[in-house]
Formats: sequence, structure tokens, C-alpha cells
Amino acid sequence: MKKIRLLPVILVTLVATAVMLNACSNGSEDREASPTGIPVLNRALSTEPESLDPQKGRSVQAADVLRDIGEGLVTYDAAGNLVPGTAESWEIATDGLSYTFRIRADARWSNGDPVTAADFVFGLQRLVDPATAAFYAAEIGTVVNAEAIVAGKMDPAELGVTATDERTLVISLVRPTPYLLSLLTHPSTFPVHRGSVDQHGAQFARAGNHVSNGAYVLADWEPGAIIELHRNVHYWNDARTSIDIVRHHVVTQELAEFNRYRAGELHVTSTVPPENFEQIRADYADQLHVAPTLGVYYYGFNMTRPPFADNPELRQALSMAIDREVLVEAITGRGEAPAYSWVPPGIHNYDPVQLPYAGLSRQEREAIAQSLYRKAGYGKNNPLRFELRYNTSDTQQRIALAVQAMWRKVLGAEATTVNVEFQVLLDQMRNREVTEVFRSSWFGDYNDANTFLAIMQTDSAANMPGYSNPEFDALMQSAGEQLDLDRRRLYLEEAERVLLADHAVIPLYFYVSKHLVKPEVEGWQDNILNYHYSQHLSLGAAGQDGRP
Amino acid sequence: MLRYTLRRLLGAIPTLFLVIVLAFLLVHAAPGGPFDAERALPAEIEANIAAAYHLDEPLPMQFLRYLTGVMQGDFGPSYSYRDYTVSELIGRSFPVSVQLGILAMLLAAVSGISLGIVAALNRHSALDKIVMGFAMTGISIPVFVIAPVLVLFLAVKLQWLPASWTGSEGALRLVLPVLSLALPQIAYIARLTRASLIEVLSSDFIRTARAQGLGTAAIVRYHALKPAMLPVLSYMGPAVAAVLTGSVVVEEIFGIPGLGQLFVRGSLNRDYTLVLGVVIFYATLIVLLNLIVDLLYGAIDPRIRRR
Repeated sequence: MKKIRLLPVILVTLVATAVMLNACSNGSEDREASPTGIPVLNRALSTEPESLDPQKGRSVQAADVLRDIGEGLVTYDAAGNLVPGTAESWEIATDGLSYTFRIRADARWSNGDPVTAADFVFGLQRLVDPATAAFYAAEIGTVVNAEAIVAGKMDPAELGVTATDERTLVISLVRPTPYLLSLLTHPSTFPVHRGSVDQHGAQFARAGNHVSNGAYVLADWEPGAIIELHRNVHYWNDARTSIDIVRHHVVTQELAEFNRYRAGELHVTSTVPPENFEQIRADYADQLHVAPTLGVYYYGFNMTRPPFADNPELRQALSMAIDREVLVEAITGRGEAPAYSWVPPGIHNYDPVQLPYAGLSRQEREAIAQSLYRKAGYGKNNPLRFELRYNTSDTQQRIALAVQAMWRKVLGAEATTVNVEFQVLLDQMRNREVTEVFRSSWFGDYNDANTFLAIMQTDSAANMPGYSNPEFDALMQSAGEQLDLDRRRLYLEEAERVLLADHAVIPLYFYVSKHLVKPEVEGWQDNILNYHYSQHLSLGAAGQDGRP
Repeated sequence: MLRYTLRRLLGAIPTLFLVIVLAFLLVHAAPGGPFDAERALPAEIEANIAAAYHLDEPLPMQFLRYLTGVMQGDFGPSYSYRDYTVSELIGRSFPVSVQLGILAMLLAAVSGISLGIVAALNRHSALDKIVMGFAMTGISIPVFVIAPVLVLFLAVKLQWLPASWTGSEGALRLVLPVLSLALPQIAYIARLTRASLIEVLSSDFIRTARAQGLGTAAIVRYHALKPAMLPVLSYMGPAVAAVLTGSVVVEEIFGIPGLGQLFVRGSLNRDYTLVLGVVIFYATLIVLLNLIVDLLYGAIDPRIRRR
């Protein structure tokens, strides 16, 4: 019998592997090996940005990277204060309907071309152009003609944004928009280098093609792994940039991220694993940053179907029976704040209204909840039975089980918990056919109460409960017409009061941002927006070789 | 042989077509769309996005459009990586998965078969028990436990190896993922080899060989190993396919840009084209690998070739 002929097979495979290894390492050769001495910042993204085209990005993570490579007319400093960006100054017309921006004379694209007012016009037209299919197209809906262009009824060139000269940009509005400046920090309003779009088309947002106007420029992008940025030497404020290379690592697993941080591969994490939080708080006290952020975790009622439609007392009973302090202490446990308002505290020029029962003790709340529950026609022999839907995840499940137990204990109500995949839950919330009570959350797009309250208007697509109250809509409408910021604020607060009194949603807690930051990272400031521009950071002596 | 290969390849076309149809229907039947999010979009914007990706057309139209594309090798644009096409994404991540997969399977085959032979030849000895104990552990501890433990000791505590794919650029970054992928396979192959070799060693023709005075080494090498390899080989076919198309868990833990995480991201985001692309690619790969295994069978066992 012949010898086994496995050997040649193995040899061939080995050679093939060697060739492949070679090919693969060639693939990442354009990612410059960093010579020691060049400051490299390694930070984590919890998910891959879906696009680095400023108008096509959608996720928080895409915006995080886009804020490093691009810059709007207005931007934020390290503490989260609005400061001039590519525009050095602006004037607001007394009627609040027109903003005139003066672009910096030394603003440059990463290829050295000057950034002009026309580049901003191009970017904003691109944002509303239906052909771009931009997710954030509606954000600038108050700009003249924006809505008609998005709806495909008008040419993008008709947008109320004009370049009166190379460096002057005028934005005209249909109604005052006090949060316009914060909108203009959002990557979807960033300018776009027309030449590179014309040249590369849909591929202009790739490494090598991407021309950007921020502190960094896209140098390499390995989807699913890493986005590498290099200093943009043409950036107007380049003298203030300290770190030369920024690597955004895509790390989807929280525990893996923590291990990478401990192994010295990351300077900054995107979050902290919940299971290890107590230990991390003890062991990394000086490196752990927990800060309030603009996000609310809530349970919503389906306001279009029984038993919760037209039954505000029952909704209030369920809302009052939940002990939020227990949820944030025993379950989420990472510094979250119990939510008694819809708008998170700390938002710019706003004082969130509290739920009417916020001042009552636990016992008082439970007593009122029980009487409301009975008033709604339910009791021991006739318990309320309904479904609580949430998306499959450990934290959601633990919260749902705890709330289910509270409802049972305080009221005797029988909630069945149903967990479904996230996309399924989204579908069910929007259709409002099977949902009764569901879990959701909302994160602000900009630092203004409007971003939270506007979604509860009748015609808002993000109004998951299907809440509709003409009084609330009218107050929001009036707020939108106010020029005086204090008067506007009063309208918004009144709107929140109406919303809370209707109990269409049960705000449970406000999210916090959680980061581990190596001690050698300097310039890090916690802020409510959770924006941390790489250009504001620097590395102390220990981090100069790229390995903390 | 050539005719056989051709016949098998042609026979695969209806299978692949069926896979495409089923996968297409299934992804579109799943609730939720590719652009749904908690941040729900206004109707006009949703319409613009649907139009940009032809999602507003009737399903049969979408299917025809897709099929026409696939026949020309175009798997369409990805919805969740809007700057890339599906073909590009698969083209980028497959080599990464292949690199890891081949290294892991080589390691698994060489060490698994060797361990299996050692255990079989020393049946019921302490050595056998140690090897099989190791194999049992390797099979029962899931990779999502093994991998973090390896990271904890070798990357965090000892700092010998990078903890992730992007933590280093050298070949060292391959070590932990390859080990994590290979360990369960080593265990499984060792058990298979042992069981199969023991069975072969007790068959009549081996007894004859022994009666003729052949030593154990010669018997194993010239007579027993080849037939004993058949079950191992038939296990290796699908196992290689599974490893080549990426291990989701290992890729997530080490942040490896392979096919597995592409697939998961695609499914979670209802990225229809990406999921379909990976499924079709995977199906084609399985068909090819099964064919290769069958051809190898023939090479090892002449009885099969003759049939």
C-alpha cells in the first residue's frame, strides 16, 4: 500500500498560508507603523460607523469620528461649550430668521484648498437632497425650503442657504430656531469638498479619497477593526493639536474592551462592563469617568389601544408603583440618575419639570397608586393583565423583571414580560398593534430641551407611544415661535408639564457616560454631550510611544 | 474524475439558487427594516432612503434586480456600511477569516491527530486518560470562556501577546485567536482519531498484519492510519467551512474584521444585501469544500473511487 499522501497537501496549504499572511500584512502596510516618539491615541468605538460621509452618517459612533475629521461652522470646546468653529463669528438678525456667518480666512481642507462659504452651501444642499438619502435631512427643517426639498418638491439649489462671497454664508429660516447653532455643530451640517465628491462619487468617504476640514484626516479604514486618523496639517487650529495619530478601534464587546484597556492597547474606552463595575470603581477610581448625559430610558404606553388609551389614571398608577431608586442602585448601578422628568437635568437653558408625585414618599406613592388602580376598575380578583415588551439584552431583562415584580407587589397587576430582538421591537412599537407597554430610550441630538420634547408631538416619527395632545402640540408650536429665549423656555417647560401629567411615558432613569481614561491622557473633560474631540487631548510623557 | 467534478459543480447550481431564494425571502420576512432605529425617521426621509436602495419596489422586482446583480458578481451596496459594497466587504474580510481558519485547522489537525494516535496506542494508560481528559475539557468549555481567559493571562497579566487584532500589527496578533479557535477542534479531532483508530486496530486485516510480524509503528503507519482518517476527514470538511467563514465569538472578542462579525452585524441591522451576500458565499464555499472532501476520500480509499 502506498504511503499516506497527506504530506503534499499540508505543504501546499502551508505555502498558501505563508502567501496569504504576506498578502494580509501588505493590506495594512499603509497603516504607518508608528515610530516611537509620535503621539498615538488609541480610543474605542462601541460599533462601526455606518459611513464617514458627513451627510450619510447616522450613529453616535459615526459622529464621534466625523467630529475628529470635520468641523462645522460652530463647534464645542472640551467642556462642551459652544465655540466658533470654521466660522470665526456670526450675526443673528433681530427677527431671528437669518444668520450670517463669517468663515475664517485661514480655514483649509486637508489638501490645502481654502474652505469657502460655497462648501457649506454644498454640504447643506447635499443634506436635504433626496438623492443623498440622509438620515438627518429633517434636522434643518426650519431652513427656508428645506422641507419641500426633502419631500422632492423643489430643487436642492433652492435651499435658503447662500454664499454671498467666498467667506460669508447666510442661512435663512422660516421660523426662529434658537438651537440652530448647536445643530450646526452636527456632522450632517459639515461642509463637503466638492472636488472630491465629483471625482470619487460614492467612494469619496474612503481613506485616500476623503478630504476633510477638521483637525484630522482619514488615513486608513479597515471595516470592522479600526479607523486611523492623521493630523491635518492644513487645519486652521493645527498649532493646538497635540496628538499626531488617532486610532479609533471598533470594540463591540464590553469585557473585551476592558481587557484591551488593561493590556495597554486602549487609552480611552467607550464604556465600562456592567458586571465588573463595582470592582472597576474600586481599582480604577482615578481613571473612571462617569458623567450625566443627554439620554432617557423609559417605558412607553401604547396610547392608541386599550387598556392604556384613555386611561391616564391607570397609567399613572403603573408609573407611581415603580421604585426608580431600586432600579438605578440595584440593577443598572453605574451612577444613573432616577428619572422624574422627561428632559434630563443639565440641559442648556432649561429646568426640567418634575413628575407631580416626585416629592411624595414611597408609601404615599404606593397608596395613591393603589387607589388609582382600583378607580380604574382593577383589583385583587380582577387584576390588570398586559404585556411588557423589551429588546433582548441582559440589562433590559433585569429591569423588566424588577418592574414586573414591583407592579405585582404594589398593585397586584400581572405583567407578562416579552423579549424580542431589537429590530422586531422597533417594528412593533411603530405599528402599535401588539405593544401595550414597551421599553425604549431617547438620546438628544443637541443640547436643547426641544430635542426631547419635539418627538412627543403628534406628527413626530419618533413618537413611539402614539401620544397626541392638542394642548401639548400648541405649546410646542408657541415655543417654536418665541424669539425671547426665556419665554420660549417657559413654553417648553409648560409642554413638559402637560406631557408628564398625561403619563404617556414612564421615564425610568437618565443615562450616564462611562469611560476609562488612562492617567497620561490630558485635557479630558466630562461633559453632558459626551463629546470628546481628539484634538483637545494630549498624552503625557508615559504615552508618547503609543503604548500607554 | 473530471467528469465527476463537473457533474457535481453543475449539480450545485440549483442548490445555490434555492439558497438564494430562501435566504432572500427569509431576510425580507424578518420584522423591522434596515433603517429602523429608536430615532425613527420622518416619512419623507424614509421614502428617500427606500428609493435610494430600491426598497420601495415590489418584492419580486427587488428579487429580480438582486438576482441579475448576483449573476454578474455584484452583491449590491451594503446598508450598514454605506461607503462599501457587499463584494468589497466580503473580499476584505474573507482573507482574514481564511488566514485564521487555516492556521487554526492546521494546528488542530496536526495536534489533534497526533494526540489521538498517542491515546489510541496507549489505550487505558495514564497518558490516554490525560489526553482524553484534556479533550473532554476542550469540548465542554465554550470558546467565549476560553478566549477571555487566554487574554487575561497572556495579554493582560503577562503582556506577552496582544489582546486584540488591532493591538499590534505583527503576526503575534494571530496567536490568541488561532489558539482559541483551535482548542475545541484539537479536542474533537483527538477524540475522533482515537476512537476510529482503536476500531481499525481491532479489525481482521490488522490482526493479519500483526500475525505476519509487523511492528506497531509500521502497522499504524502503513495500514491503520489511512482507514482511521476517514471519519476525521468527513468531520474536517464542514469544520473547515465553519472556521473559514469566521467564528463570531472569537472575532468579537479579539475585534477581528472577519466574515463572522460581518454576518452578525448584517443580520442585526437587517442589512439584506450583506446577509444575502455572506449566505451565498458561505453556501458556495460549503459546496466546494464538500466536493474537495469527497475527492480526498477517493484519494485515500480506492474502494470509494471505483464506485
